[in-house]
Amino acid sequence: MMSLYAVLIDGAIYASWLFLVAAGLTVIYGVMRILNMAHGSFYAIGAYAAASLVGWYFNNGIGPVWVGYLMMLGCALAAGLVVGLLIERGLLRFMYGRDEVLMVIITYALLLILEDAMKMIWGVNPYFAYQPYAEMGRSVLAGLKVSNYDLMLVGVSLVLGLSLWLWLERTHQGKVLRAVIHDREVAQAMGVNVRRVFTLVFILGTVLGTLAGALTAPAISVAPGIGVEIIVLAFAVVVIGGMGSIEGAALGALLVGLSRAAAVHYAPQFELFVIYGVMALVLAVRPQGLFGRVLARKI
Amino acid sequence: MNNYKKRLQQHCKTLPLALAIAAAGFNGAAVAAENGKFRIGVVTFLSGPAAGPFGEPSANAAKVLVEGLNQGKLPAPYDKLGINGAEIEMVIIDEAGGAAKQVEEFRNLVQRQKVDAVVGYISSGDCLAIAPVAEELGAMTVFYDCGTSQLFTEDKTPQYVFRTSLDAAVDNIGAARYLAKTRPDAVRIGGIQQNYAWGQDSWSDFTLSMAQVMPKSQVVESQMPKVFQGQYGAEISALSVKRPDIIHSSFWGGDMEALVLQANSRGLLEDATAVLTCGESALERYKDQAPNGMIIGGRGPFGAFAPDNALNNWFTRQYQAAYKSSPTYPASKMAQAILGLKFAAENAGAQAGTVPAPLEMAKAMKGATFESVSGTVQMARAGGHQAMQGIAYGEYHYDAATKKGSVQNVIAFSGECVTPPDGTTAHDWIKAGFPGAQCN
Repeated sequence: MMSLYAVLIDGAIYASWLFLVAAGLTVIYGVMRILNMAHGSFYAIGAYAAASLVGWYFNNGIGPVWVGYLMMLGCALAAGLVVGLLIERGLLRFMYGRDEVLMVIITYALLLILEDAMKMIWGVNPYFAYQPYAEMGRSVLAGLKVSNYDLMLVGVSLVLGLSLWLWLERTHQGKVLRAVIHDREVAQAMGVNVRRVFTLVFILGTVLGTLAGALTAPAISVAPGIGVEIIVLAFAVVVIGGMGSIEGAALGALLVGLSRAAAVHYAPQFELFVIYGVMALVLAVRPQGLFGRVLARKI
Repeated sequence: MNNYKKRLQQHCKTLPLALAIAAAGFNGAAVAAENGKFRIGVVTFLSGPAAGPFGEPSANAAKVLVEGLNQGKLPAPYDKLGINGAEIEMVIIDEAGGAAKQVEEFRNLVQRQKVDAVVGYISSGDCLAIAPVAEELGAMTVFYDCGTSQLFTEDKTPQYVFRTSLDAAVDNIGAARYLAKTRPDAVRIGGIQQNYAWGQDSWSDFTLSMAQVMPKSQVVESQMPKVFQGQYGAEISALSVKRPDIIHSSFWGGDMEALVLQANSRGLLEDATAVLTCGESALERYKDQAPNGMIIGGRGPFGAFAPDNALNNWFTRQYQAAYKSSPTYPASKMAQAILGLKFAAENAGAQAGTVPAPLEMAKAMKGATFESVSGTVQMARAGGHQAMQGIAYGEYHYDAATKKGSVQNVIAFSGECVTPPDGTTAHDWIKAGFPGAQCN
């Protein structure tokens, strides 16, 4: 029985992390139709920025703990804004309208460039900023010791998901965005400044990526290659949910999180397979993903 | 046609010279070092996840050692300038990119860059791919870190390939023996390994050894997450639920540090004792996030487990001065490989100031006994091509006052106690109850 509770708890925690990682990817694809391979690098930049700044803050014992948490969020926001703006204005705006495959290649090249740039800035030694994770302590849920930081991530993920959904569904900006998602050309014909929407959305997606990295940093050793590792996982979640759908990413993350947790507890030998097994199963039934829309091909 | 004849005549003139040079090479005679220097190709990870914990300390160690040797600053018996009197020149290559790329790089180092010897390789896959190429090219090659047990089972009659580090089976036999001495009452064993050859082999060597040295122990949980996964929430829960006394892990690098942080924060490492076979490599980074009493190893008498001798003291001082941190086990292993190469080159019978032929160096290294930062190394396995040394394990302790971690309650096991003899595999030797093992 304890294993069942553990599956639910672990599944929820892992799903919330997956959603954080995948949200930015799905937002960018939904609006811009860019399969952003560099999303892993945004995650890594957020992790490095948080780990180096927060690590420095705590190691020097400068001030109260809560300031450290604010710094984490602040540097994720700042890094996301700067990187997103630079990439969108400096590179992507010249590429809009090109084939989706070409955009994959461009963002893949960007991933390689950013990986090397991070190595130049932060070196190859790991960064270890564990204090925000350790300071929160732990709770006992159904007999299982759980990190409060992980529980906090579940909360952050829920708030973030709900906020994104409300923004898209209940605000004027969200309506404009949905119009662009449904038909870019008609939205433009109706007076929507699609270029500006693209800039905003790309920056939002980048900030979501850096935020996921910054929130993960205290629980891991931030080292070269962490961005490359998560990109496949994020794609799996987005594909299951339907490319470009926030609700889909949330449901995809939950499916993958629970399936993986169940595999780890009951059949560890299938743990690697289960994520892609779920993806294959969903795509066999709904090739466009759980919340994806079938689009008519324009000629 | 005339041009063809001229070229043929030129070829006829140069052919005897080429043959003479080639013959000199095959005869093993010493040749003058090209540009008067002893060129060493050093291959280690400079990028990717293995660069921080392993590659960078190794490259740093190579730089410290080569600089010291070129200035003749090392203690005896390595106080002679450079290698055999020739200044050492290093060519450092990134090991990242996979085995196929490494084979290409190795050929480039030997054939185009004309290195006199290659020292390197962390990845077992790279070692297995390089070994036959090194034999084919007749290139003196010293593997300094890779742990695969298959290295000399694939090539049973090596000539130019040596390994100055220990077989991975030694890590896990040593870990089991340490537990038998320090935690004889432990029964419930759990494990978490990275899901590739390294993790799977380590787990099988460890569980087989436990069955021999602690027959009452039983495996209650085994987890094999993907390498570089980083998040181990579900695995930690799965282990917690089974309430093990001991948790064995061959995790390395960022994965290992993340596991320790997450498992410690969730109280798992208070309820069970972790045994980390590669734990020493993060000794300076755990701080108060690892529990006191956590068992760590350094894959041999390296890093924090290296003995108090003149060579190690010199190496540690120089390394600390240059890089503001202590050398971890990969650094000691790199130093050991270069010292082994120097020993071989200086005992190959070549004139001072010349570079011995690879075959002569190989003959001198085969079965040699040389001094190193880790003590005395005997090339006593795989027909004299594989080092045999003891292994030590100890417990991590953090001093809040100095904010430094150290290793305490260290127990060392001799090479004869933990190393499978030639002619048998590690698995067969363990299953047979370590016949012939001489333990202190």
